[in-house]
Amino acid sequence: MSRHARGIPVSGGIAIGPGWIYRPTIVKVERLGNQNLEIERARLASAVAAARDQINRLHQATREQLGQEQAAIFEAHLLILEDPEFIGGINAAIEADRINAEAAIAGAVEEYAQRLLALTDEYFQARAQDIRDVGHRLLCCLSGVQTGGVEMPDWPVIVLAEDLTPSDTVQFDRARVLGLCTVRGGPTSHTAILARSIGVPAVVSLAFPIEELHDGVPLILDGSAGELIIDPAPEEVDTARRDQSEQRALWVQQLRAAAMPAATTDGWVVEVVANIGSAEDARQAIDFGAEGVGLLRTEFLYLNREQLPSLEEQVRVYQEIFTVMGNRPVVVRTLDIGGDKAVDYLGIRHEPNPFLGWRAIRMIDERPEILRDQFSALLLAGKGVDLRIMIPMVASLEEVLGARQLFDQACQSLQASGQPVAAGVQFGIMIEVPSAALLAGHLAGHVDFFSIGTNDLAQYTLAVDRTNERVAHLASPFHPAVLNLIAQTIQAAHACGKWVGLCGEMAGDRRATPLLLGLGLDEFSMAPASIPIVKQRIRQLAFTDCQEIAAEALKLPTTRAVLDYLDQVIPSAQ
Amino acid sequence: MPAAEVVVMHTVGLHARPAAEFVKLAASFPCEIKVCNLTADSKFVNAKSILSVLTLGVQQAHRVRIETSGEREEEALQALMALIESNFGENRG
Repeated sequence: MSRHARGIPVSGGIAIGPGWIYRPTIVKVERLGNQNLEIERARLASAVAAARDQINRLHQATREQLGQEQAAIFEAHLLILEDPEFIGGINAAIEADRINAEAAIAGAVEEYAQRLLALTDEYFQARAQDIRDVGHRLLCCLSGVQTGGVEMPDWPVIVLAEDLTPSDTVQFDRARVLGLCTVRGGPTSHTAILARSIGVPAVVSLAFPIEELHDGVPLILDGSAGELIIDPAPEEVDTARRDQSEQRALWVQQLRAAAMPAATTDGWVVEVVANIGSAEDARQAIDFGAEGVGLLRTEFLYLNREQLPSLEEQVRVYQEIFTVMGNRPVVVRTLDIGGDKAVDYLGIRHEPNPFLGWRAIRMIDERPEILRDQFSALLLAGKGVDLRIMIPMVASLEEVLGARQLFDQACQSLQASGQPVAAGVQFGIMIEVPSAALLAGHLAGHVDFFSIGTNDLAQYTLAVDRTNERVAHLASPFHPAVLNLIAQTIQAAHACGKWVGLCGEMAGDRRATPLLLGLGLDEFSMAPASIPIVKQRIRQLAFTDCQEIAAEALKLPTTRAVLDYLDQVIPSAQ
Repeated sequence: MPAAEVVVMHTVGLHARPAAEFVKLAASFPCEIKVCNLTADSKFVNAKSILSVLTLGVQQAHRVRIETSGEREEEALQALMALIESNFGENRG
């Protein structure tokens, strides 16, 4: 007889396979009195140091395998280890009660966990899991128990657990995880986030005592319906297999279409490429049918560290991404950091107006070596790559010439030292400051391409601080002033025989597709997940219609009128 | 003692990355820094402690009060206010 259990569906899809019950190491804490103060303090200090080493390694491994976003959780764990109240509280308990370090840690962890669980917001409650994760790690370090020694079976399994912490899941071999199912946790739990990022079904808050189950129990996990079937009947397995293959066929069909070029019904072809920030993103972009990269953000190389990344490190990171992209074109945006983040070693301090401040290309007079090193690393890593480099935040011709000079210097000095460098690199700029759009005709002669950053172009043109939620909605790229700057930029570039891309959110907005096609945009760059949808949209449109639509849209006086017009001529639901 | 109040406009409140940035910035100053959640009528906590800041449960549109005392107290207050007012420097496109 099969048994059915329900939970909250948090990641879609169907998994069929044997269950594996994850049982984390349990460290029993005994409270001991009359302990030696100095010894317990020293034990605590060495456990903290060992835990910090472990977390640093997990952080690095996670960043490389899953990307910065997933790795952020371990940065939070490091902050907890450095928390003066938490560590201070443990030390105080050791001193006041003369107890062992284990008991002091367990006490402090539960105190904070309970205070977090008492908050009303689910996001805050979920942090109780992090403090417990850190506490568990400290206890393991103290007792010499190995964490990270989880032995998954050699075959693919559906993982069942009471709860999963980031430290638990990071040890799993993802290739062998068919699905995830936990008794605790909600839609924002770590389990849910992980499942969606690796694309397996998951159910949380499962109403079933999983400790009754044994490893290898046959299971069906339906991540869309939120159901776990234990010991399914043969016909239930058949149904699940049919549903599973239908879902897969649909997915394959969408992806296959995404891999084909984006041509309009009358044969006009544009490039559809991805905005990325890591090698993991690059792999995802290819899965979604990206023909290349239109924006590789490089800030991640410079954040969360104390000194400039070495040339070797930069080369290694770029090479990893270029290798994934193969012979597809990659547009790299050079460093774009400003006073919204204080980065000591770059000389960036918090500023009252960071988006109008000392940032990006404006750094080259004071700190030319940062950009020169970045150029060198790209030239070294880019051998045999269709490499394109662009400079953000350009407002004047002098800046283009200054950056170009640095680029030429970097190239010459590498060649002089006999090192092979990338050949045929295209040199471009971002058009995101209104002055650059207005001067596009003058700038076009000095570059190989433009890439329009519509998020910032709208912010600067309309004098709207996008980080201020009271006005952010005013920064629409569909505002007639912004549209006219986009049109003018494309026209000026084409008059000079140069190509133009667009890498703001607008490129992935279905409403904008006919308009941008009609304006003659050559390259659309967007979040990987938007690519299949926008490509499909392009295939439904005729270029000649789009030209008329664009010409009409440019005559309209307000954002509302533009959006209404676009919706009326070609409904975006089509 | 320098003190100021500000409304946190970030969608997640003082949580995740904003909380981490706030605490890291606070910890970079030598002075004592305290913060409380006026909207939830909380007690003051140590702004250099991530766990204490999280237990304030500061959500979007909550008002917080920051007090600094000691070496570089004015500078610390200004920096923390600027961080919150810039909405933690959300990513640009």
